[in-house]
Amino acid sequence: MDFGPHLLLAILEGAVGAAVLALTALGLSLVFGVMRVVNVAHGEFFMVGAVVAWFVADTVAGHPALGFTAALIIAPVVAGLIAVLVDKLVLKQVEYDPEATIVGTIGVLYILQQTALMTYGPEPRPVEAPFSTRIPLPWFEWGENGFAMFYPWGLSITSYKLFVICAAAAVLVAFWLIMSRTRYGLIMRATQLDRETALAFGIPVSRVYSIVFGIGAGLAALAAVLIVPIQQAYYLMGAEPLLLSFIVVIIGGLGSVRGTVVAALLIGMSDGIISVFLSPTLSKIIATLLVALVLVFRPQGLFGTKAA
Amino acid sequence: MSISAKSFALHAGLIAVLFALGFLLPTYHQGNLARIMVLATYAVGYNVLFGYTGLLSLGHAMFFAAGMYGLGLAMHLGGLPPIPAFIIGLIAAAALSTIVALLALRTIGVAFMIVTLMFSQAVFLTILYLGTYTGGDEGFVIAQSSRQILGYDLTHPLTRYMAALFVFSAALLITARMMQASFGQVLIGVRENEERTTMLGYDVFRHKLASVIISGTISGAAGATYALLFGYVGATFGSVQYSIFPLLWVLLGGAGTTIGPLVGAVFMFYLIDYSSGLTNAYMLIAGVVLVLLTLFARAGIVGEIRKRWVTWLP
Repeated sequence: MDFGPHLLLAILEGAVGAAVLALTALGLSLVFGVMRVVNVAHGEFFMVGAVVAWFVADTVAGHPALGFTAALIIAPVVAGLIAVLVDKLVLKQVEYDPEATIVGTIGVLYILQQTALMTYGPEPRPVEAPFSTRIPLPWFEWGENGFAMFYPWGLSITSYKLFVICAAAAVLVAFWLIMSRTRYGLIMRATQLDRETALAFGIPVSRVYSIVFGIGAGLAALAAVLIVPIQQAYYLMGAEPLLLSFIVVIIGGLGSVRGTVVAALLIGMSDGIISVFLSPTLSKIIATLLVALVLVFRPQGLFGTKAA
Repeated sequence: MSISAKSFALHAGLIAVLFALGFLLPTYHQGNLARIMVLATYAVGYNVLFGYTGLLSLGHAMFFAAGMYGLGLAMHLGGLPPIPAFIIGLIAAAALSTIVALLALRTIGVAFMIVTLMFSQAVFLTILYLGTYTGGDEGFVIAQSSRQILGYDLTHPLTRYMAALFVFSAALLITARMMQASFGQVLIGVRENEERTTMLGYDVFRHKLASVIISGTISGAAGATYALLFGYVGATFGSVQYSIFPLLWVLLGGAGTTIGPLVGAVFMFYLIDYSSGLTNAYMLIAGVVLVLLTLFARAGIVGEIRKRWVTWLP
């Protein structure tokens, strides 16, 4: 393949990664923004989503689309309920003390991961995509015969990958509408701005916290269900999305939702594009160092305005 | 007896008991305890920063790995004898902790934890990336014949045990002495109330800087000792898990107590050792212990003892 089509392919692959990353990081950012809690177990909720999706798809007979649709609903709900439980049993008990919540969620990380190892097992397993038609993409070029359109070999995307991009975009828009246009969004934003005043105005802050923590985990699980027909469900799969989400939330500014989405697109796309051309380990080293330096020299993030 | 005499008696007694155990324990537990003492040295280093200065690092594995690879590469590729290689390990850990401290100490709280985590992750990935020299994931073995100091064979179980005891005792006594000196008291002041310590005229940044460097160098010494005594250098020791372990040991034993790191390491080592016989998901125990500690015993074992019964514990 020539450089042009190769780059287009890398951009498309990057877009799929960016879409999933945006959902995952949004969950982490929401939880940090509203509750000021750094959820180290966030990646494990992603893993739980993928593993539950496998169980559901394995149980539901018939067309793969049936099982996938069921997983799309069940997995986020299961992850959300586990998160609500974690909030009530652990986070609320330590009164959301930053240090204690980090240590506690590290504990939750190992509990979820090792429980998955005991029940689901150590081997990665795939979930069948509901549909997966190969769509060849055209490429335009000025050749000897003037302007020409042709289909280079290997330049294609599956219909499922397009669906992932669209679905993630739809969820992001829906999330934005809920946050900015509905009463629930208003309550969440009020809690984020000033917990005490919100409490004084009769907002059930502790219930809002539980729900926000549940939604955060649910978003990660939803992202995992979307990606699991492309990657496989594996009990150690939580580390990568956790690290990338951290990077996104930090670059986007801690707790800023708009910054998070922009940063997710930026990081996801460049991760996809760079790893096509560079060694993935080297690009990860550069990325982690850059993020650490951003936190050191611009703690409000590249797009944020207020200090974290 | 004055408090400092009591704590001296406690530390001397602990070292004497460990010395006696070296001769009394069966080979299996003797080997375990040697390993535990090296890991406890790592925890002692971590405790300087977390327990006494109040800074929670999620990236200490990079210092442990710096010491380990500093010694390991010097012996494996450079062909140096153990003592100069050990010094290179210490220098590597001290240099890395100085650089990390100068950058990371510009942040506080959650940002400090994430920055240390990120730097550690970068070090871990670099170890993998330089697989030609470091052996990547598989690591490398330090030849048995080269692991000799002054005619003593460090691969012999009793010699190895005594070497581990020597390093652990040195770390324990140095930190215990440090915390009684005014330098250590200022660190505790930083932990309890940073503004007030500043207002009293102490240079908080320089004390924090020194704390990170001391903590990182002791962790590096533990890493170098581990490589020397057990002959294996691997990337696992630089992974996130090895940053979580010292936190776990110190929390379990008691942050800000001198003997807590050892107590925590002993308990956790045997818990994991016992449960790994039952299931391959032995890290489940670590998770449950972490959650239970955050919920019910924030002070850890020795900390709770100090709170309830023996108030003079150092």
